[in-house]
Amino acid sequence: MPRNQGSREGSPFTGLGPVFLKELSDHLSSTRMMVLTLFVIVFGALPVGFTLQEIRTVTASDQFLFLRIFTVEPERMPLSFVVALNFMIPLMAIGLGFDSVNSEFNRRTLSRVLSQPLYRDALLLGKFLGGLATLAVALMALFLIVFGAGLLLLGLPPRGPEVARGIAFLLVAIAYGGVWLAVAMLFSVIFRSTATSALCALGLWLFFFILWPMIASAITTGFTPAQFRSVDEVLTLEQFSSALARLSPGTLFGEAVLGLLNPETKAFGYFANLVMAQTRGMIPGTPLPLDQSLLLIWPQITGLIAGMIVLFAIAYIVFQREEVRA
Amino acid sequence: MSDPTRADTVIEARGLLKLYGATRAVDSIDLSIRRGEIFGLLGPNGAGKTTTILMMLGLTETSGGSVDVLGFDPVRQPLEVKRRVGYLPDAVGFYDHLTARENLLYTARLLSIPRRETDARIMEAMRSVQLADVVDKRVSTFSRGMRQRLGIAEIVMKRAEVAILDEPTSGLDPHATFELLEMIRGLKKAGVAVLISSHLLDRVQSVCDRVALFNRGKIALMGTVVELANKVLGAGHPILVEASGVDVPAALRGLEGLQQVVPEGVGAWKVMADREIRATVAKRIVAAGGSLTRLAELQPSLEEVYTRYFEEARRAA
Repeated sequence: MPRNQGSREGSPFTGLGPVFLKELSDHLSSTRMMVLTLFVIVFGALPVGFTLQEIRTVTASDQFLFLRIFTVEPERMPLSFVVALNFMIPLMAIGLGFDSVNSEFNRRTLSRVLSQPLYRDALLLGKFLGGLATLAVALMALFLIVFGAGLLLLGLPPRGPEVARGIAFLLVAIAYGGVWLAVAMLFSVIFRSTATSALCALGLWLFFFILWPMIASAITTGFTPAQFRSVDEVLTLEQFSSALARLSPGTLFGEAVLGLLNPETKAFGYFANLVMAQTRGMIPGTPLPLDQSLLLIWPQITGLIAGMIVLFAIAYIVFQREEVRA
Repeated sequence: MSDPTRADTVIEARGLLKLYGATRAVDSIDLSIRRGEIFGLLGPNGAGKTTTILMMLGLTETSGGSVDVLGFDPVRQPLEVKRRVGYLPDAVGFYDHLTARENLLYTARLLSIPRRETDARIMEAMRSVQLADVVDKRVSTFSRGMRQRLGIAEIVMKRAEVAILDEPTSGLDPHATFELLEMIRGLKKAGVAVLISSHLLDRVQSVCDRVALFNRGKIALMGTVVELANKVLGAGHPILVEASGVDVPAALRGLEGLQQVVPEGVGAWKVMADREIRATVAKRIVAAGGSLTRLAELQPSLEEVYTRYFEEARRAA
């Protein structure tokens, strides 16, 4: 707390364990969590169910048939499993985090808990980790359900690389959830009213999902010349437009998942893929090995984790400066 | 004041200062609280009582001065302070969806109380506040008085050396207040130093050994209730006289040491004197042919001290 009055004593992690365990047990036993899980299962199970029905009738050989469960868009529903997750995970994370600090304040438990031997650091970190662990449990369950359904209905076990890519996908999904959990917790620290905090978090979510793509494309259009003079120009514009889109965590997650679950992905963007194929002699449609795929999406993963840490740090600073009293 | 060898001092504040912008919420106060006493921080809302408490607990930064709680500095060693000091905040909250036991269990974990002791300590604490039979009920079913008692139970379970209670009786009915004050006396008996902040004077007066009157961030007066009364109301022996068939002011006129006779309703008078005059008063009234029905020494009331003091402070301002 006071940096100007000498250092404080004692570990900032004192009390972290009990806070983490309490948050975890609160989340796992709450009605809210059940509703959210139900929501996710319905949204996740539908595309998976349709996709599985369609894949069963496919006879062409496919090395990564199992991964297609996640990525194929079924004909009867314009939504693949990963796209459903792309907007369901934020909703879940916001649902878990939007009232984590301000509800303690409103229930008047904050000052009582902070009068026990622990720093605010431990309280905030414990809450964050508790939420993240809850998300991880829910996603893991969902993931296993999909894997199990795939095993049963396809009658074909996933191969090693497919399992490895699946696990990497799960980790990326947790990191993506962490970003939105940090967003929700930041708002829960800033706003005393839980409704305001939920509204702001959901507003940001809608902004990134609906408005940001439009704004990004409008900006890109503004920079598009009347006539392209070289391939470089086309590529530069495409890079610019991707860079804008990547400000949204949803884009980062989408690209990371694409790289993992579609091993054929070698670059992001239509032209970038073409150029890759021509200049490096890569044949479109051939898969990359896992390590190359990971290398490809490394910036996206780093971006997600960095975003999570930065947002948490901001929440931490705001929380340290807040007055405990009403 | 600042002699460190005085081992019975549990809280010592010197020149404690808290600024919110240009406002001096707590303005250079000096305070020392001894082991085993009940100390009252009294004053109107917004006088700086809660801020003082939060600074003692290290829950808010100080802007100047120093506090020492049980030999620790709350600014640098808040964990050590919070391990030994129990705090009952104003309108304390518990997790409604959990039972009383689960709430205390969480606190016990935060305090790292050994697991095999936890159960016994929770039950012992709940018994001491007479909540043992509802230990497994959800806190959402608890009345306000029960929540306050659960807060006391938390302090008992913590085995705190100092208990800081912020407005413990506000919003409670008279019976619940009485019970709570009994429990606070119980804490004192167990050797805990108790610091109570309140704006409800008459209720708190009965348990406090010493009080400090807060006014606009400053301590206006500090001492025992009798000391404060002497200081503000003047040293004296006020008595209440109830008699019939006699003109009391006339009968007492010219009595040595008499200062003032004020009517207090029908057939009752408040008599102020600078010495003990009850025996002579009785003689005079009987001699004048009146029948004396009551002759009682009046205890100075904190309410009176408080009202008089702030009236004078306002008049002076």
